[in-house]
Amino acid sequence: MTDISKSKYKNYKADRSKYPKMENGKAVIDLDSHKFTKIWQGPQHPGVTGNMSVELIINGDEIMKAKTHVGYLHRGFEKLLERRSYIQGFTIVCRICVPEPDTNEYCYSAAVEELAGIEIPEKAQWLRTLNLEMSRIGSFLMWIGGQASALGLGAIGQWTIGMRDFWLDLFEEMTGGRVYHMYMIPGGVRKNLPAGFKEKTRDLILKTRKLLYNVEETFFNNAIVKSRLKGLGIITPEIVDEYGIVGPNARASGKEYDVRMNNPYLKYGELDIKMLTSTVGDAYARAELRYQEMHQSLDLISQILGKIPETGEIQTKLPNVLHWKIPAGQTYMKAESTRGEHGFYMVSDGTKYPRRVFLRGASYTHAISVLEKLAVNISISDLAALMVSLHTCPPEIER
Amino acid sequence: MKKIINRIKEKIEIVSLKQRDDLYFINVKEEHIIFLLSYLKEQEGFTHLAFLQAVDYDKYNMFQLTYMLYNYDIKVNFGIKVIIDREKSEMTSIHKLWAHAWQYQRELHELFGINFPGSPRVDESFVLEGWEEIPPMRRDFDTKEYSEKTFYQRPGRSTNDPKEYMKEKLYKNFVEPPKIRREDD
Repeated sequence: MTDISKSKYKNYKADRSKYPKMENGKAVIDLDSHKFTKIWQGPQHPGVTGNMSVELIINGDEIMKAKTHVGYLHRGFEKLLERRSYIQGFTIVCRICVPEPDTNEYCYSAAVEELAGIEIPEKAQWLRTLNLEMSRIGSFLMWIGGQASALGLGAIGQWTIGMRDFWLDLFEEMTGGRVYHMYMIPGGVRKNLPAGFKEKTRDLILKTRKLLYNVEETFFNNAIVKSRLKGLGIITPEIVDEYGIVGPNARASGKEYDVRMNNPYLKYGELDIKMLTSTVGDAYARAELRYQEMHQSLDLISQILGKIPETGEIQTKLPNVLHWKIPAGQTYMKAESTRGEHGFYMVSDGTKYPRRVFLRGASYTHAISVLEKLAVNISISDLAALMVSLHTCPPEIER
Repeated sequence: MKKIINRIKEKIEIVSLKQRDDLYFINVKEEHIIFLLSYLKEQEGFTHLAFLQAVDYDKYNMFQLTYMLYNYDIKVNFGIKVIIDREKSEMTSIHKLWAHAWQYQRELHELFGINFPGSPRVDESFVLEGWEEIPPMRRDFDTKEYSEKTFYQRPGRSTNDPKEYMKEKLYKNFVEPPKIRREDD
């Protein structure tokens, strides 16, 4: 294997003696000087996470300025929810995010329950916890495929997306839907576990662990991956609060913030779960942290399967949902998605329809402020890897 | 958390409300917001701005802005609510306190028409390019009227009564899907 540390390009730095001219540490960009090129990466580009685009000003292959543009995916969920009754709303919210719809369902349902003063049964809470952890695994498997593909390791993407399909099969058995589950209805969950579900899940956990071992061998021990991801997009602890960075991106910089442990919801308080952090803060540390969190999620699923009560109610009886008026009030329910703090801010004015529902997604800052900051002075070939390592998801930005 | 609210009460006039053990709301006046946010950020450890959003109360001619903060040490979310005038719809910018606050202010400027003078890139378009109507997240924006005005029906298309149509098309030849045996069966 090539030893990157001996490569003559290891400490390569661009020659800045001629251009661009620097003023106060910032490059003076003059497009008329013919030394800069303005190009768009996205929205139809394999190196972009979802439907967004980055407007780049480059000098050679070095990015001088980046600007995120969104709006290609705006479906107006928040406006739609204003004209839907509470029970109609729950079928919409899962459609906000494809890789991880369940966090939306949970936050929406929990917000409605809190405003209406409903307690959900014990078994429903366990089933919700199981569903949320399974969706985290699905999302992480999709992410690691993207991260590997961004570095040209397409095969890993094929493996993990294939494995994700087996998890989607389990979702189909559990909820009836592969991608959009509509499982967590206000008041509980829709269905009980199918017969033999626990055994199948345990089997799949073993298979996933085996796959993850292969991923570790081919991805994390790969010299190319190490040389390209180490030192890329470093998030320092100082900018974590400044930019509102959450989730694995913040934890890889040493910030101990995980909603599951800081403000335990559902049954997370009863599970054996440990905060995983790193102090390096670069793309490789973030990847490693997410890899560890995948193993953590598999552990949690095993724990949950052992603790789900065999019998019990799965739904609280709701009033007539077609004429369901919820008392006036406001609340903010949050949960930990794979990207970080994910929450619903719901305002009710005492009528049949919500006054305002707002979704706070972690990518809102990661994909705009943070990406625009971190993309400066990196090579254009690393931009895709940087975007995936921030785990950006455009649907959260333009709800 | 009670102590923090008492300390704020000594300084300015507020109305507080406990929603949950880890979620509190307070109402403050518009002119105190910058003082309060900097005080909470610098002195009380509320360093994380989770979001800034608006709620439109068109009947009362006001917007409610909510600044949601979080404290990592005491693990509490703190929502600060400010009422502003809907006609004037202008608010002090907080982009100097948090580096990502300008994003929320740009969004509110585009979707609610609330102006934040001095906020960077506040006039740039966020999701709507070339929008000429009233800001779409305002409650008086009529989505149906807008879509009828902007889009047109494809020629030769007929409309059906949804109830009758579903009965006719879907339930007549409806086949039961194979049943999965559940634990409670």
